[in-house]
Amino acid sequence: MANSTATAGPLRNRTAEAFLHNPALGPLGALVVAIVVFSVTTSTFLTVDNLSLVVQQSLVVATLALGQTLIVLTSGIDLANAAIMVLGTMLFARLVTEGSSPVLALVVGFVVCAALGGVSGGLVTWLNLPPFIVTLGMLTVVLAAGRLYSQGNSWPVTDPVLGLLGEGGYLFGQVRVTHGMTLAVVMFALVWYALTQTSWGKHVYALGNDPEAARLTGIHVGRTRFSVYLIAGVIYAFAAWQALGRIPNADPNAFQTGNLDSITAVVIGGTSLFGGRGSVLGTVVGALIVAVLRSGLTQAGIDSLYQDVATGVLVIAAVAFDQLARRRSR
Amino acid sequence: MSTPALQARGLVKRYGRVTALDGADFDLYAGEVLAVVGDNGAGKSSLIKALSGALVPDDGTILLDGAETRFHSPLDARRAGIETVHQTLALAPAMDIAANLFLGRELRRPGPLGGVLRLLDKPAMRRQAQEQLDALGIETVQHIGQIVETLSGGQRQAVAVARAAMFGSRMVIMDEPTAALGVKESRLVLDLIRRIRDRGLPVVLISHDMPQVFELADRIHIHRLGRRAAVVRPGDASMSQVVSLMTGALRIGEDGAPPDVSGAE
Repeated sequence: MANSTATAGPLRNRTAEAFLHNPALGPLGALVVAIVVFSVTTSTFLTVDNLSLVVQQSLVVATLALGQTLIVLTSGIDLANAAIMVLGTMLFARLVTEGSSPVLALVVGFVVCAALGGVSGGLVTWLNLPPFIVTLGMLTVVLAAGRLYSQGNSWPVTDPVLGLLGEGGYLFGQVRVTHGMTLAVVMFALVWYALTQTSWGKHVYALGNDPEAARLTGIHVGRTRFSVYLIAGVIYAFAAWQALGRIPNADPNAFQTGNLDSITAVVIGGTSLFGGRGSVLGTVVGALIVAVLRSGLTQAGIDSLYQDVATGVLVIAAVAFDQLARRRSR
Repeated sequence: MSTPALQARGLVKRYGRVTALDGADFDLYAGEVLAVVGDNGAGKSSLIKALSGALVPDDGTILLDGAETRFHSPLDARRAGIETVHQTLALAPAMDIAANLFLGRELRRPGPLGGVLRLLDKPAMRRQAQEQLDALGIETVQHIGQIVETLSGGQRQAVAVARAAMFGSRMVIMDEPTAALGVKESRLVLDLIRRIRDRGLPVVLISHDMPQVFELADRIHIHRLGRRAAVVRPGDASMSQVVSLMTGALRIGEDGAPPDVSGAE
């Protein structure tokens, strides 16, 4: 979205403008710095195997964060996304284990995830309830539903269709690329396109900016907001499929902090929790920053608790930066 | 005189026991600036909301070029070519000028790119937005890709006015367009209003600023107690007479006809 026709102005102003146009620039810089630092300080970080692994490890949270990005852009938040995804994995795994065809299991899982996203969206949109409360309630309900449905067990997956996204091949004979990675690229590209190149995307940003202004300009605010939650639900189903590709076992207690991890990726990626500002590219970068920090700090021999400290500091720094940018632009 | 571009007869709107509009009439003619003045609570904003579709009156009729019409939503009024510059401006601060001008009516690429892939025609929107700003002589913004929140209050107002002028084919309603602005910025907006009028588009100006009303308006609609109390021409009445009509200190006949204010003295 950078504006190439910008008239020459003071460099500082143009830099500020560039950041306003593209809030992912800051996080992108941070990601590059992190990669360089770990490449120099450790011998094991900058290898094709490790980099491929970093991406594979970030896939599930990144996919959850993609749905989260859409909702945060409308100035909402989704605390239930990981729970919805986990329920999705349970549906996929148990249905197939009990003899249904994998395609049918996928369809059922996708429909249920979309419907749960739609329930959140409907409550937020038409009952005007705060997204935090709605999704907190959904989190509790869906988590319990997943545990009930799992009967307290985890369900191993051996079906090749359910495990498909963990499969893949080698690019140039050595870079491991899974179908999950390819799918993630396609999904991020699709959502990027919808957000930046279509009216729907403009309306999502506008209603996140100021819902009343959006209404007065004739945008169907309710319909657009609902569609965002519905689409996020579908994306969570993809995350569930990704999760089974990564670990072929549907565990009702997995991804307990997946919701917070996805918010972390969104916020570090420069998307504002106040809505209307941010990008899908930022979320990719945010998810990668978290994964790179984990991998790099591990290989530097640093305790995983310090990795959490680093991630937490980054989240606060990202929000502080957002606040500063907003205040300066007033 | 010719048929009014927009006419309202006997508009009534009640909220419980409160009567906001009590048989209000309204006439707007082509090519004029009509100021609407009235004390707080006189029902000005209810009248404006009824004309811009934001409120559905309980009774009464609205006629566009003599034909009866009903607005059920702001979208209906917009489709009829009535654009409103709201006091809040209704801009998306984090989006650029071009995106704000086309908010809610984005242009899509012709052919399958726009039809199937829903691809926006950003170059066309930028071009048309620039043309619109140029046509209105808005030179203070540097480029069309500027984010609205980086603009000054006057520039933002100018963007909102430009949007209304761009899509308003029948009339433009401006609700207190200079209330939040300094002297210099107010000038800019008043010049814009004149330019819009000079294009032949009638403008309804809601304002508390009497000198401004007298400077700009061709006629002044005085609203009191939910109905039109009088219509005067700035040349025929003094500011104090208009204020007296607003407060009820000066009264005119019940027929709603413009009063002969010169004879009232």
